[in-house]
Amino acid sequence: MFYNGVQRMIELKNISKTYGKGEKAITAIKEVNITINDGEIFGIIGLSGAGKSTLVRCINFLERPTTGDVIIDGKNLGQLSTKELLEARRNIGMIFQGFNLLEQRTVLKNVCFPLEIAGVKKADAEKRARELLQLVSLAEKEKSYPSQLSGGQKQRVAIARALAANPKYLLCDEATSALDPDTTRSILELMKKINKELGITIVVITHEMSIIDSICDRVAVLDKSVVAEMGDVKTVFANPQSDIAKKLVLPEVKAAAEITEGKKVRIVFNGESSGKPVLAAIILECGAAVNILHADTKDIDGKAYGQLIIQIPFESYDRVKAYLDANSIEYSELN
Amino acid sequence: MKIMSDLLSQLIEKGVLQKGIWETVYLTFVSAFFSYIIGLPIGILLHVTGSDGIKPIPWLNKVLGFIVNIFRSIPFVILMVAMLPVAKFVVGTSLGNKAMIVTLIIAAAPYVARMVESSIKEVDKGVIEAAQSMGTSNFKIIWKVLIPESKPSLIVGAVISLVTILGYSAMAGTIGGGGLGTIAINYGYQRFNNDIIWVCVVLTIIIVQLIQELGMMLAHKTDKRINK
Ligand SMILES: Nc1ncnc2c1ncn2[C@@H]1O[C@H](COP(=O)(O)OP(=O)(O)OP(=O)(O)O)[C@@H](O)[C@H]1O
Ligand SMILES: [Mg+2]
Repeated sequence: MFYNGVQRMIELKNISKTYGKGEKAITAIKEVNITINDGEIFGIIGLSGAGKSTLVRCINFLERPTTGDVIIDGKNLGQLSTKELLEARRNIGMIFQGFNLLEQRTVLKNVCFPLEIAGVKKADAEKRARELLQLVSLAEKEKSYPSQLSGGQKQRVAIARALAANPKYLLCDEATSALDPDTTRSILELMKKINKELGITIVVITHEMSIIDSICDRVAVLDKSVVAEMGDVKTVFANPQSDIAKKLVLPEVKAAAEITEGKKVRIVFNGESSGKPVLAAIILECGAAVNILHADTKDIDGKAYGQLIIQIPFESYDRVKAYLDANSIEYSELN
Repeated sequence: MKIMSDLLSQLIEKGVLQKGIWETVYLTFVSAFFSYIIGLPIGILLHVTGSDGIKPIPWLNKVLGFIVNIFRSIPFVILMVAMLPVAKFVVGTSLGNKAMIVTLIIAAAPYVARMVESSIKEVDKGVIEAAQSMGTSNFKIIWKVLIPESKPSLIVGAVISLVTILGYSAMAGTIGGGGLGTIAINYGYQRFNNDIIWVCVVLTIIIVQLIQELGMMLAHKTDKRINK
């Protein structure tokens, strides 16, 4: 989509961030080049300390990159005045692992905050805030204080607040890491809805591959400050190239590799209908005594995402393989 | 046996004791008010310009911290006497309650500044970061985040400051000021009327308790972090 004649997108050009000076200097991110397109959900994954938070905080200049450029919708953030930078940030919402709500304000007043800052009239701000609370299904909580909400509810308020000023981008730093699996799923669904219905570009930071797999279109894998691998989630998930991506995608493969009997196969779910009984079909139609070594699947909007690692006796492997091929189910052999 | 000495009943009859209570309250609250007018911005500045503040300015932070520490390390009696010329300059006299208020403000403002600094320090960094991510200017972060979010703690700090200032105010008698401290010394100690001393002690305790209880109630009531 074009905006003022400029392609909407986030361009990170060769950005590096070093904390401290001299011998004690820590390079948190190094020469990162990423382009995030309008309307996509872009994932950034990496282990703890890889530099994910630093990277995402460079996008809205909460952290100034030591070198390199951040260009948003054609505007180079490094060249903006303080005032212009504050304006530019209003176009980029952000949510956090710790929710970061104002504890002394009601839910409604929290959502009003960015509008207050932007100088919107109180009545208009409250009207907009109520619309957003409706969107995140928390309309009935407007008078509550954050301390009276559950983690999932807090994150919904934070999302409503981040969207209040009508940003085109939403940055999420480990937004679901403090939540249980059910709540995580509902927040991910909400993020998908926001992306689809409001056309907001979302950047998701996480250390869990299953989250990337569930909602992202593309992913960058960050390893020790550098981008180790980048591409479509489907491709990276089905066929990880870098060691770090393999480690993140196939956490259980090593354990599985120690089992020597039978053939080990990894089946990838990439948004097929979750109603399809793949495993049962293998057992019943191929007569294979299948053993599950690892299963990690999520159901988002009735679609299955994730992976299944199974062990199949050598004698029935050919039949299973034929079945998987015939039904175009994505899989790979692990032996 | 009489319960009250003649002098004590006279003091009550002539309204001297009542006036003493009023003067103590007046000295304390007026001084505290002006101490906050000076101490609150300094306290905020101390935090904001500190290394983990929203606008680190190391030299300013060091200078402010140094000045505050100097005033904080001088015992009040000495500071009071030393500041009398300042009082004379500001209110035209180095005697009485007015002069006392000036010296109390000079002594209490740095104390208040540290109180405010430590209250504001409690505000979660993440909340500040969230406000920054929404394009909030530093001034608005102070006004709309730091102060409101630390309000309960600021109130607790104000209670502690008030009680400290009340303690200092007992020394007003030495420069011709009034209050319960002056009555205790002039009529009680110097004229050997122990009951007057004790009445002043009890009245002071009551005032402190009232400040404490009401202040804590207010702090608790304004704090929305507690489930109620
Ligand atoms: N303000 C800072 N000062 C100094 N070093 C920092 C600072 N912030 C981050 N670092 C360092 O930079 C590196 C990357 O940190 P970062 O927080 O970006 O990692 P992360 O990938 O988000 O990790 P996690 O998953 O644990 O949140 C770490 O080594 C960290 O210690
Ligand atoms: Mg992080």
